[in-house]
Amino acid sequence: TELFSVRQIRKMLFFSFFKTLVGKEVVVELKNDLSICGTLHSVDQYLNMKLLDISVTDPDRFPHMLSVKNCFIRGSVVRYVHLPSEHVDTQLLQDATRKEIAANKK
Amino acid sequence: GVAMASALADPYLPGAISLFEQLDKHLIVVLRDGRKLIGYLRSIDQFANLVLDEVVERTYIQKYYSEISHGILLIRGENVVLAGELDDTIETGQIKVSIDELHKIEQSLEQSSSEGPMSSLTKDDLQPMDEAY
Repeated sequence: TELFSVRQIRKMLFFSFFKTLVGKEVVVELKNDLSICGTLHSVDQYLNMKLLDISVTDPDRFPHMLSVKNCFIRGSVVRYVHLPSEHVDTQLLQDATRKEIAANKK
Repeated sequence: GVAMASALADPYLPGAISLFEQLDKHLIVVLRDGRKLIGYLRSIDQFANLVLDEVVERTYIQKYYSEISHGILLIRGENVVLAGELDDTIETGQIKVSIDELHKIEQSLEQSSSEGPMSSLTKDDLQPMDEAY
């Protein structure tokens, strides 16, 4: 049985990609200019993320984050995810992208 | 408990599982309009709509903050930026003040910034450039 619609399969690529980064340290820059560094704990198909052991790059500007160690970030508010280049296989990503586009054309 | 867990693990309810572990925890929820709401997470759904209990809205000015109580709130998920687990054991050095006091602190900061950093200097304080060499 089809668990996901075709539209959802098309969005799986980055979901699958982020799953490979679970356990790695990333910096998430939000649309409100807050940047959060932390270990990626989990991600879902909306690219919502949960980060552990977080630190904020500008704590004076964002004092409310001082008592926070883990947080859930809604995917819709993310501007960038800064990735550790040693954990990203760009060749694999390109191949996966081409495959997915080819699969969607059918 | 268990029924809820298996319902949320269903692929048609994704996103909820990340928040599922935060149920009944003390959270700070940051909203898109910049507000910070602190409360206990009682309910969630796949849109990250939240029901928060014993809510206080906290406003920060530097290391000072004040709080306004709101009781129980339902927050529409689209307004949520992040939901952070509050570690009450961490010493922040932040000082809680009343709403009026925070307003005064804010006003005094605005006054000193509008006068400018050089406002307390007189022309006798300023040395002509060539004398420095």
